[in-house]
Parts: sequence; C-alpha cells; structure tokens
Amino acid sequence: MLKCRSVWKKLAPLARASSSVCRQNVRRTGLTNGRIPAHVPAAHMSTGPAGGGRENQLYILLVGATFLGGGVYAYRTVKGDQQRYQERIEEISSRPHRVAKQVPAAPIQSEPPAAEATEKETVPEPEPEAAPSPEEPSPPAPDTKVAAPSETTEPPPGVDVVPASLKVPSHTPYLLIGGGTASFAAARSIRARDPGAKVLIVTDEPDLPYMRPPLSKELWFSDDPSVTETLRFKQWNGKERSIYFQPASFYIPPEELESAENGGVAVLTGKKVVHMDVRGNKVKLDDDTEISYDKCLIATGGMPRNLQVIERAGEEVMKKTTLFRKIEDFKSLDKVSRNINSITIIGGGFLGSELACALGRRSNEFGLEVIQMYPEKGNMGKVLPEYLSNWTTEKVKTEGVKVISEALVKSVTCKDDKLEIQLKDGRLVKTDHIVAAVGLEPNVDLAKSAGLEVDSDFGGYRVNAELQARSNIWVAGDAACFYDIRLGRRRVEHHDHAVVSGRLAGENMTGANKPYWHQSMFWSDLGPDVGYEAIGIVDSSLPTVGVFAKATAKDTPKAATEKSGTGIRSESETEDTATSPVASSTPAPAMVQHKDDYGKGVIFYLRDKVVVGIILWNVFNRMPIARKIIKDGEEHADLNEVAKLFNIHED
Amino acid sequence: MSYCRQEGKDRIIFVTKEDHETPSNAELIPEDPDDPYEEQGLILPNGDINWNCPCLGGMASGPCGSQFKEAFSCFHYSKEEVKGSECIDNFRNMQECMQRYPELYPQEEEKESSSQAESNSGSVSALPPETDSTAGTSTSESTVSSDSTSPTDNQIAS
Repeated sequence: MLKCRSVWKKLAPLARASSSVCRQNVRRTGLTNGRIPAHVPAAHMSTGPAGGGRENQLYILLVGATFLGGGVYAYRTVKGDQQRYQERIEEISSRPHRVAKQVPAAPIQSEPPAAEATEKETVPEPEPEAAPSPEEPSPPAPDTKVAAPSETTEPPPGVDVVPASLKVPSHTPYLLIGGGTASFAAARSIRARDPGAKVLIVTDEPDLPYMRPPLSKELWFSDDPSVTETLRFKQWNGKERSIYFQPASFYIPPEELESAENGGVAVLTGKKVVHMDVRGNKVKLDDDTEISYDKCLIATGGMPRNLQVIERAGEEVMKKTTLFRKIEDFKSLDKVSRNINSITIIGGGFLGSELACALGRRSNEFGLEVIQMYPEKGNMGKVLPEYLSNWTTEKVKTEGVKVISEALVKSVTCKDDKLEIQLKDGRLVKTDHIVAAVGLEPNVDLAKSAGLEVDSDFGGYRVNAELQARSNIWVAGDAACFYDIRLGRRRVEHHDHAVVSGRLAGENMTGANKPYWHQSMFWSDLGPDVGYEAIGIVDSSLPTVGVFAKATAKDTPKAATEKSGTGIRSESETEDTATSPVASSTPAPAMVQHKDDYGKGVIFYLRDKVVVGIILWNVFNRMPIARKIIKDGEEHADLNEVAKLFNIHED
Repeated sequence: MSYCRQEGKDRIIFVTKEDHETPSNAELIPEDPDDPYEEQGLILPNGDINWNCPCLGGMASGPCGSQFKEAFSCFHYSKEEVKGSECIDNFRNMQECMQRYPELYPQEEEKESSSQAESNSGSVSALPPETDSTAGTSTSESTVSSDSTSPTDNQIAS
C-alpha cells in the first residue's frame, strides 16, 4: 500500500504536468480560435481606405500589436483560470482520502494532500497530509466522523478557494432537517430543556424560519406599500411583528456552533439534505458535505401539488401559474396581481379560499377580476357541512370573488398571452394568471436512503405516538403521519400542529417520551364576517350536529376585536399570532341577512357517536372546552347539553 | 324554543338564550393535575420550573437563555426574607447579556422584567411581557395569573 502511494506521488506531478499542458493547449486553441474572428473584421476595416504604403504599415503594426496584446492577455487569464480550476479539482478529489482519516489533532486540516498542492498560495502542509496511511490504522468504527468539511480551527490565510463546506460543522448533537415552523418549535424546545444545547437547522430555503399563515392572510391586508420587503403585519392587538420567528441576531453562525460555550441555534440556509445514513448517524448535503448527528428531526414539510393538466400544458402555461407556499411565492403573486386584469384560483380549501378573499378585496383597488373554481359544491366543501359551506360561499362572493363551483379542469392552454381554462362541463374561463391551491405533497425524499416507512393512506413518514420514526430520528409537522392516541393515525397540515408537534419532538429528543396528547387547533378567517376555530377531525363526510344562536352585529371577528381590544383568538401554541384580518381595515360590506343566519355556534363532528372534531363558528376564546371534550372521547346522549358548555350567547 | 332541522346526515339546532340558561348536564371527566401527558404549566408537579412552558416564550432558549435560567432558578428557590435578594449578580448577568441583543430584548422591557421578577414569586405574571420580536405568546398570556396546577389554563387567551 505504501508503495502504491509513493509511486502515485511520483507519478502525480508528472501526470498533472502533462495533462495540464494538454489542457492548456486545448484551451488556448479553443480560445484563440474563438478570438480570431473578432479580430478579422477589425483588420478588414482597417484596410478600407486607400492610404499610402506607410499608413498601411502603421495600420498593420497597430493591428498586430493589438492582436499580440490580446493574445498575451488571453493566455495569462486562461493560465490563471486553469490553475484555479486545477486546485479546485484536487481539493475535491482529495476529499475521499480525508474521509478515511480520523479527526486528527493536527490543527490545519483543510489542506488537500500536499503532493499536488504545490500551486496553492497557502503554506502547503508537508507529506503527512498526503499520507493518511499512518493515521488510517483504526478508523473509529461506529462514529465515522467526517474530517472533510472542516471545522477550521485555523483557517488557511489568504486562500481564495475556500469551499463553502468549511463553514459547516461536521458534527452536531441535534440536527433538524427543514427550517419551518415545526423545526423552530423543536429548536426552542431543545434549548429550553437541554442547557447549552447545540442545534443545527438545515434548510434549502434562503430564509430563516418564518410563520406561514400571514402569507395568505394578514400580509395581504397591510396598508404598508413595502410589505413585500418588510414582511411585517399587524396583529389583533395592533402591534406589528415580522413573520420571522426571530431576527437574525437570535441565531449563531453555523461555523461557531461547535465552539459556542452556551450552545445555540444555527441555521444553514440554501442547503438540501439529499441522503441519510441511519446506521452511521449522518446525512449528506447537496454539496457533498457530510454532517453527523446524535439526534435528528425531519421536518421537511411539503411541496404544493399541481394539477396534471397544468403540468402537461407546457411552459407558457406554467409560467403563468403560481404554486403558493413560500415567501417568494407571496412576493411574486403580489407583484403579478398588480399588473394583470384577471386571476383564477383553482382550489376551494383553506388556502384557495383565503387567497381568493385576500385578492378579492384588492379587486376594486386594482380593477382585478378574481375567479375561484373548485370541484366541490361550495367553499371548504370538504371541511364544512353542506349548509355551512353554502353559506360561506355566499360570503366569499360578497368579498368580490367570482365563484365557479363544481368545476373540473379539463385542459389549460395559452392563447394570445391569455390563459384559457376548459372545464369538463364545457365552460370556458379566460384569465391572465392561475394560482393552484390543490393540496400539499409531503416531502419524503429521504425515506429511501434512510429506510423510513412512508404511509400509504395519508402520505408522509410513518411515526409512532411519540413522533419517532426510528432510533434517534423523529418527524414533526406536515411531513409526519403520526399515531394520535385519541383520534387514530393522521397527518395534519396546520400551523398550530407544526408548533405542537415540533415542540413535542424537541421534548422527546431530550428524553421526555411523551405521546401526542395536546390536541392542536386551527383557524380561518374568510372576510370580516366569517371566522372560525376548529380542533380535531373536521371532515364534512362525518355526521354533524350544529348548535347555533341567532347572531347580532356584535358577533363577528371584527366586532369582537374592536370591543374587547384583547385577543379574541384562542392561544395556539408558542408561535401563534392569530388575528382578525380586518382589525385595521376598511368597513365591511353590508351583511346580507339570510333566512337561516348561521351567525355563531358550535358544530360537532361525530364518529361512532363520539365527538372527534369541533368547529367554533364565530365564537372565540372557548378552545380549551372544545379540547377537553375531544380528549374525554365520551359518548354524549344530547349534544345540545354539551353545547351549553360553550355559552354561545355570551361574548 | 329551540328549533331543529335535519339535512341528510347533518343536524342543525337553533337555540335561544333562554334555552341555554339551564346548566348543562353533560358529564366531563375530572382533570388529573399530575397527568404526565398533559402540557404542564410554568411550575411542574415536583416544584421545578418548566423551561419549555409557552408562557416563557423564547426567554429560556435564546442567546441569554442560560443566564435567564440561572437568575430565575435562583429566584425561584430563594428562601430569603426578601425573595431573590441573593440573586442580584445573576440578574445583573442576565441584564448585561440582554443588552447585547437589543433586537431580541428591547430596552424598555428589561426594566419591567427585572423589577417584576424581583417583586413577584414564580407566577406567570412575573415574566416579562413578551414582545413580538421575541416571538413569544401574545401579551395576554403573560397577564394571565395562572393557576399552575391546572395545565389547560395556560393555553387560554384572556
């Protein structure tokens, strides 16, 4: 083995030299070939006028000199580039060598094997670096600590080719994959319970952790013209806050994580985890960096689904389609909506309806036609019982939205820069832009490499009641299909659930072993007159019992906020900033009085006579009672009696 | 009088105020304050501080988390006549740390927090009212004087 190494060392410079000469030639010819045509026209031009012989000579001299100068410059640049290219290649190819090495005591580790490093500007480390053999003997078997992405204890001075991996810690006690709500809640939980914990969040987004609900609600109602930059919104109590959970000063830079005395939370943005080695307790990023961990949380959330007809419709259509999920989607939709005449939202669930209402309110301001189409009979058709769904649809219409229900999209084409949506029943809708809000595909990319189970009914990683997938791996948030002791196996895509499950995962990662027990809630506001909070399984296919009181003008989210001046929203967990969207806005359109006015009330969802879900319709601050009823899981003979507990007639 | 209607599988009941005046006869299972599954309040059943309580917001987990924990623990377990009088140094450390992160711990909050923390025993209202930049629970949480034995109360917005 030693022999091989020494032979390689001897041959390498030779090989390199000869290959570089070859490469040089190729490059040079390539480049000069490219350059010659550029000069020819110049030469032609300069021989145009019939000057005297001396003038001609002068011209030729000038042209020749320019040509020569250009050639020399080109040669120098190419050589320099090629040099750097070389170094880079060596660096990369030397990494596999370093992987086999133990984490050495030697300080300067970021140097590639020296034999080939003669071109580097830094002090090349002598042979020991290139000869891992003496150190190789017993690579510690269990924890394959990777030396490559270094923890620079002494950063090499003046190296301009510092691979980004140098900034990434090679090991972290707590690794959180995904930088959303669940991840942040877990980070907070871990830090609270494990003093001095070092937590590394890895996210492929460029942003720090932020909350998602305002992206389809509060941010659209802001009066501030720079809201797309500041991303700040007003809460129910009039106070402004940013959608980011914490400002940047809360986090520590990833490169300082290992040495931080009291630990901290570091966020590595713009990096995606592509491979997970569960046996080795390590992950690999998209830039080939490896990070090992003690405990890992997968909180990868999901990607918005698209309609097949749109995906097949070609690039022109895709360019005019928005899949709404992230901050950049909000920014681009805001921009687009100001410059077009007509926008269509496909999807009648939470996101679709909220966006439709938000854009509907702008319709007057910007002369924007807002259309919402979906296959169900009414808005929130899969959540609300039919009578309530119809009622909600009417409200959405008063927000300025053209609702097309029972619409199945057959095809979408782009004609004359406008989109034409052909529905299966023959109707044709012409619009400028589409927003597709047709569901979320949970992100389970790591399941294969990690050997994790994926649930076939609900999607997402299958985890137990304690949110654990396998030893040392937990999953929380949208991507987790977990066992709910009371309600059975489910997967929940709401903000509060992300907070609750993230927090629970963090607790369990620090040894708590608690199952999912505190039921999360969710809420939605569709305009100033319709607001509800819900908890548990709220599926319109279940039998329901609704108990309503006749509403007065006092019983809207807007009125409730204005009167009490305090929080009308039940506390969803730590990161909640639920709000009435209209607290600071223009007066509502006149309420249309229906014969059956579902002003406020409670709706119970039953499964085998047990209440599994509750909606509080325009009734606020009563979530704890609802939570208790679901937790008890009792069969109640008369639900009207249960409804009394909510005191719906009071404020 | 209440009025009832059935639409397929869905039942709709309209009730007047009078209908709901009589107390409910629905039975609820009594709460167990020591249930380990339940979300705990600020003080755990064994007397320790629950650093993960939502009511604390980010105080125990931020950059000044360890200083905060030291100061608050010292205060909580203090048996002096003037509670927390021996913890001045801890609180000073905490304050110094917080001054280094004005974005996270706005200045006017600090005076409130230090004075409040010193004058109250470990009830929720002692905690610095959360500002939005610390992304804690909304301020109404901190003004709830919690009955720490009833875990669900901490979840209520007042």
